[in-house]
Amino acid sequence: MSRWSREQMAARVAQDIPEGAYVNLGIGLPTKVADYLPMDREILLQSENGLLGMGPAPAAGEEDWELINAGKQAVTLLTGGCYFHHADSFAMMRGGHIDICVLGAFQVSISGDLANWHTGEPGAIPAVGGAMDLAIGAKETFVIMELLTKQGESKLVEACSYPLTRAALRLARLH
Amino acid sequence: MDKSMTSAAEAVADIHDGASVMIGGFGTAGMPDQLIDALIARGVGDLVVVNNNAGNGETGLAALIKAGRVRKIICSFPRQTDSHHFDAAYRAGKIELELVPQGNLAGRIEAAGAGLGAIFTPTGYGTVLAEGKETREIDGRSYVLEYPIHADFALIKAHRGDRWGNLVYRKTARNFGPIMAMAAKTTIVQVSEIVPLGALDPEVVVTPGIFVQRVVAVPQSAGALA
Repeated sequence: MSRWSREQMAARVAQDIPEGAYVNLGIGLPTKVADYLPMDREILLQSENGLLGMGPAPAAGEEDWELINAGKQAVTLLTGGCYFHHADSFAMMRGGHIDICVLGAFQVSISGDLANWHTGEPGAIPAVGGAMDLAIGAKETFVIMELLTKQGESKLVEACSYPLTRAALRLARLH
Repeated sequence: MDKSMTSAAEAVADIHDGASVMIGGFGTAGMPDQLIDALIARGVGDLVVVNNNAGNGETGLAALIKAGRVRKIICSFPRQTDSHHFDAAYRAGKIELELVPQGNLAGRIEAAGAGLGAIFTPTGYGTVLAEGKETREIDGRSYVLEYPIHADFALIKAHRGDRWGNLVYRKTARNFGPIMAMAAKTTIVQVSEIVPLGALDPEVVVTPGIFVQRVVAVPQSAGALA
């Protein structure tokens, strides 16, 4: 099997997102999926800081720093999009209203445990953000990650050695 | 009834040493910089701060941490490329961190504002962030018991307000503002403009004035209103 580029991985995941889906893309590689969504499908992106109907990045010089995504990058709002506060936003996520979330991962176990928030290294400052809410609340979770670490170890493991984001995630697809 | 204040300094004049202070904002979007500057100028410390992050760059919450005024922070995502003032204080053992998943942070703040005694949340179940916490299975799903987060004060940035405290926000600067306004004993809001009663369409008021105690109009940077 030939190795895919990150762009190819994002493009492959984008093909699996159907017309009419409400989707949350995690920070990092999952964010790239937005660039490859099929133009003939109406897919609404939710960003947990409080917008639904997220559009592409604005042109240079057109940034509005009160219109950002969860990665704190400047974005735009599609016509018909809307804003809301954090309790509404996490009700969408935790309450099962998001159809698909696409997450990155440090490790995924064969039983579906997911570790994507903390390496657990001594001295590392932990930060969780919305990772645990996303992993638990969406109807389907897609994980997009390189199969191997930079050291060549598989990130698909018998049991996660990193702290879990959630236990026994139901993996929808593994490419 | 007139909740408008003449200055940010007047608006924060009774925030005391050891107070718990919710600060709105997601990164710098919605960060009430002028209220925080006034709080730093007041000189009080030993504060417990609730925010999604732990400061970005040199302004707002980052400046409050740099000044050594924060004893403890309750947040979901402290580690960022520009959170160097928090990183330094944390590694020096000068600041305590309570890490809360973002949705649980929102849920616990909302619970405080709504008068609930606690919430059962699925988020975090089976992870280190739920260790030692009470759990319960309800209809076949596992939940963690989490308690409300109350605060003495909330510092919030909104777009426009009136003298009764009704608020509208701007774009994603809304984030934690509406729920923090509900959860704090005293909610202090900086707005770009205080408008006459009736100027805000009652159908689109986001925060009803009952949740707000003080409103102050502050000069905005040009970019924020583009």
